[in-house]
Amino acid sequence: MIIRHTFSSPDATAAFARALAPTLQAGDVVLLSGAIGAGKTHFARSLIQARLTAAGRFEDVPSPTFTLVQTYDDGVGELWHADLYRLTHPDEVEELGLIDAFETAICLVEWPDRLGDLIPRTALTLELNATETPGERIIVATGPPPWEARVKAALDA
Amino acid sequence: MTRTLTILGLESSCDDTAAAVVRHTPGRAPEVLSAVVAGQTELHADFGGVVPEIAARAHTEKLDLCVEQALTQANLPLSELDAIAVTAGPGLIGGVLAGVMCAKGLSAGSGLPLVGVNHLAGHALTPRLTDQATFPYLMLLVSGGHCQFLIAKGPEKFTRLGGTIDDAPGEAFDKTAKLLGLAQPGGPSVEAEARTGNPTRFRLPRPLLDRPGCDMSFSGLKTALLRERDRLVAQYGGLRVQDRADLCASFQAAVADVLAEKSRRALTQYLDLAPVTPTLAVAGGVAANQTIRAALETVCAESGTQFLAPPLALCTDNAAMIAWAGIERFRAGHRDDMSLSARPRWPLDLTSPSMLGSGKKGAKA
Repeated sequence: MIIRHTFSSPDATAAFARALAPTLQAGDVVLLSGAIGAGKTHFARSLIQARLTAAGRFEDVPSPTFTLVQTYDDGVGELWHADLYRLTHPDEVEELGLIDAFETAICLVEWPDRLGDLIPRTALTLELNATETPGERIIVATGPPPWEARVKAALDA
Repeated sequence: MTRTLTILGLESSCDDTAAAVVRHTPGRAPEVLSAVVAGQTELHADFGGVVPEIAARAHTEKLDLCVEQALTQANLPLSELDAIAVTAGPGLIGGVLAGVMCAKGLSAGSGLPLVGVNHLAGHALTPRLTDQATFPYLMLLVSGGHCQFLIAKGPEKFTRLGGTIDDAPGEAFDKTAKLLGLAQPGGPSVEAEARTGNPTRFRLPRPLLDRPGCDMSFSGLKTALLRERDRLVAQYGGLRVQDRADLCASFQAAVADVLAEKSRRALTQYLDLAPVTPTLAVAGGVAANQTIRAALETVCAESGTQFLAPPLALCTDNAAMIAWAGIERFRAGHRDDMSLSARPRWPLDLTSPSMLGSGKKGAKA
């Protein structure tokens, strides 16, 4: 699957994240790639807040750059928000417990290139690209076939 | 309780491993008898950057040595202490666990009581360790991973007035440095570069200044800086030295403006409590930035508020603040036992609603 879509504003990107949020379940891994400032954390925050709000919970969703991982309980299960930017070796990913979380939680992973060979083959990858237009982003979604319907439904929502 | 207390503190909730011994006699200024922070820089020099100490194992290895050194420097055996205080959250779970396990071991072996401490409370109570600040005082906690305004009303009573809804300023400095090809950590390198720059050349955004309240946002600033950088690179075929300095100065000015204006608003709310000695204290590495500090001092001067900035070693992550917070909690009657657990998240104020990214208050009051 390869789907390209242009979002005109941060709000439009957030709306896509919110639409994708309820379709996720334990074992789903969403990899967020893109340069600094591409909006990876903005996307993750919008998605996490949508799930927390749906569960009647309200929490800050801080950037995980400093702490590497922030975990949330969305009422259904665990949700992991990881930022691997500061990692230097895939071994450190195992130390974080992220590999186990790939099986048992919903995982949103920024800077997934740090995973090396540990990237789950079932993951959805969203590559965020800034354009010449301020606020506009092109997201390229790639992943195994089961993601196609889910991504399309979220885009149509 | 009015007796002298001597407490060992352990801190391992993020990158640093630390141990310290603090002694306090009521009515007197507390004494930091020892404070050891295991250096990360040399350890990770090979990697050429700031590498997080993510492995619980690495903390565990260093904790023992830190404790030993802290006791040696304080010239005290464990038996002469009154309790063991340890950061039990919030933070990176592996590190926090390592500290809690070490403290439990020390407690079980020595029979000393255990006191679990919130890392943020450690920062927030530091003005009482360094300057004997009296409650209530206003606290701006501003570091790599945190940015919030708290009114400290008691050792365990904090009211959160607002905070960042996305990145912390320390992180914004780090990412700015990264975007401009400057050394990590970004705080000192961006500040140094900004000294020769023009802070008014680039009009970078001051997010959320147009909205009421004390919440802040720094993520958009990073994006704006990135656009300016790309525009300059496209125009001149690279980033010129003066352009980079001007970008740093403009970025720093934007952060200082936001922190100053939000501090002004936080002060207004705080002064409604009619404190006897109005005080704004800052903690966290960002407090070391001279431009930001000057901006905060100016705001304080406007309302006759005392400005406190503890020495940097006690502003950044350290164990003396954990030992001190342990003393405060211990005096309040707080004790933990072997059931003390590590908490990755542990807000200081569970009652004030946090803000959603949209700018709306989360919980309906």
